[in-house]
Amino acid sequence: MKSRIPVVLLACGSFNPITNMHLRLFEVARDHLHQTGMYQVIAGIISPVNDKYGKKDLVAARHRVAMARLALQTSDWIRVDPWESEQVQWLETVKVLRHHHRELLRSLPQKEGLDRGKAHPAAPTAVPELKLLCGADVLKTFQTPNLWKDAHIQEIVEKFGLVCVGRAGHDAERYILGLPILQKYQHNIHLAREPVQNEISATYIRRALSQGQSVKYLLPDAVIAYIKDHNLYTKDSSWKDNNT
Amino acid sequence: MENSEKTELVLLACGSFNPITNMHLRLFELAKDYMNGTGKYKVIKGIISPVGDAYKKKGLISAHHRVFMAQLATKNSEWVEVDTWESLQKEWVETAKVLRIWITSATCCKDLWEMCLGHHQEKLEASSCGNEQGSPVLERPGRKRKWAEQRQDFSQKKSLEPKTKGVPKVKLLCGADLLESFGVPNLWKSEDITQIVRDYGLICITRAGNDAQKFIYESDVLWKYQNNIHLVNEWITNDISSTKIRQALRRGQSIRYLVPDLVQEYIEKHDLYTSESEERNVGVILAPLQRNMAEANS
Repeated sequence: MKSRIPVVLLACGSFNPITNMHLRLFEVARDHLHQTGMYQVIAGIISPVNDKYGKKDLVAARHRVAMARLALQTSDWIRVDPWESEQVQWLETVKVLRHHHRELLRSLPQKEGLDRGKAHPAAPTAVPELKLLCGADVLKTFQTPNLWKDAHIQEIVEKFGLVCVGRAGHDAERYILGLPILQKYQHNIHLAREPVQNEISATYIRRALSQGQSVKYLLPDAVIAYIKDHNLYTKDSSWKDNNT
Repeated sequence: MENSEKTELVLLACGSFNPITNMHLRLFELAKDYMNGTGKYKVIKGIISPVGDAYKKKGLISAHHRVFMAQLATKNSEWVEVDTWESLQKEWVETAKVLRIWITSATCCKDLWEMCLGHHQEKLEASSCGNEQGSPVLERPGRKRKWAEQRQDFSQKKSLEPKTKGVPKVKLLCGADLLESFGVPNLWKSEDITQIVRDYGLICITRAGNDAQKFIYESDVLWKYQNNIHLVNEWITNDISSTKIRQALRRGQSIRYLVPDLVQEYIEKHDLYTSESEERNVGVILAPLQRNMAEANS
């Protein structure tokens, strides 16, 4: 029986704040990959973007990382990694992928001298594949001029792979057809369908919070408590645009 | 408007809750924000009233599981809780009757009502109100059952006093699907629909406001009492239906973050939703249909 390829899912984004929808992406992606029979998802990583990204209303990375950590307290396979947010400058997604891939390789058990003197070495541990996890909306942004370097898009889909979670398959499929480079590597782009329509956008969350409305059951309780304790996303705490 | 001038409001949601999901819980939050936001109301309590097994809906699992999951789901809520009375009845109870019972018991015993709402914790220990142990706080499952039994007694008594000023109003909280189910033949008694919208009121959380408004427009009785039907827009599309949850479970798919963690763990522990459980009540006529058709023929 052919053994499954181990996979680690990496999600990059603002996570401003993290929501149940973000967490769902991981669950849906994992189910999808397992269902193909080819993969075994062994870990999930949330990598909040660096403050220098300059997106409007982006609260400090330490908060976004802390909230993600709280949200993942009860998950046994997803964790938050602050590396990207701790860098001196904003990093392109492909660089974050490269970093985590290196880390993955470094963490593999080294098999030494098990077959001393024998002609052929012991079977190598399967190297996990690192895939970028995203919503269909991110796939669409590949078309936005100057947002992504072409070489980066290619490296992402060729060397790593994409797991894209969307509701109806049509949007994502259309975006793939719209870009030749995506079409070429569509075998490395996995489209997972989320059967439950669930549009918990962080933008809406921020607006609801600034208007004093409830966001309970849209994000984990621990995250809501953190937001309240640190007075985040209130009407007064509108953050100025950073210049990139 | 000062707090004292606002009408105190209780939101009652009836349904299968098979299982309860984050969407159900959101209904309460949206309704509370909306009604409080009008400046005329102060929402003080939310009640989840799971339907009894006698409803005979396809795939409906045992009431005690559904009640327990709802209790787990509302464990961390300060204002929403579960009432078990409806779920304990041997026969199916019309929604209008559930509302009537709430109003009657609230009217005839203001003290009990206030204790229920946790306004007077001291009274709780001291008073007996006809019960040997004192009235229960609606916190633990066992106590809730006691309260439910008491309320049944009270509902059978005549009103002891005229409606007092301090009694909160109860409104039915629902999604657009319930509103539109008014149109299904024999599902609702027309006098029940009238009573619900005339005497109590509806708070309807809807995604597509236009459809709901159109439905109201096309119904004479809904149109007449439209001021008592509050349509609340759900801007975040949150389509976590229990049906989809059960489907995902049958397919071995994750339901994490769609239902509260405690509910997900409970379902997993007890292996609640399977192909077998979905076949329950297949071929059986839904209780309201059976009852209304029988009455129509008699």
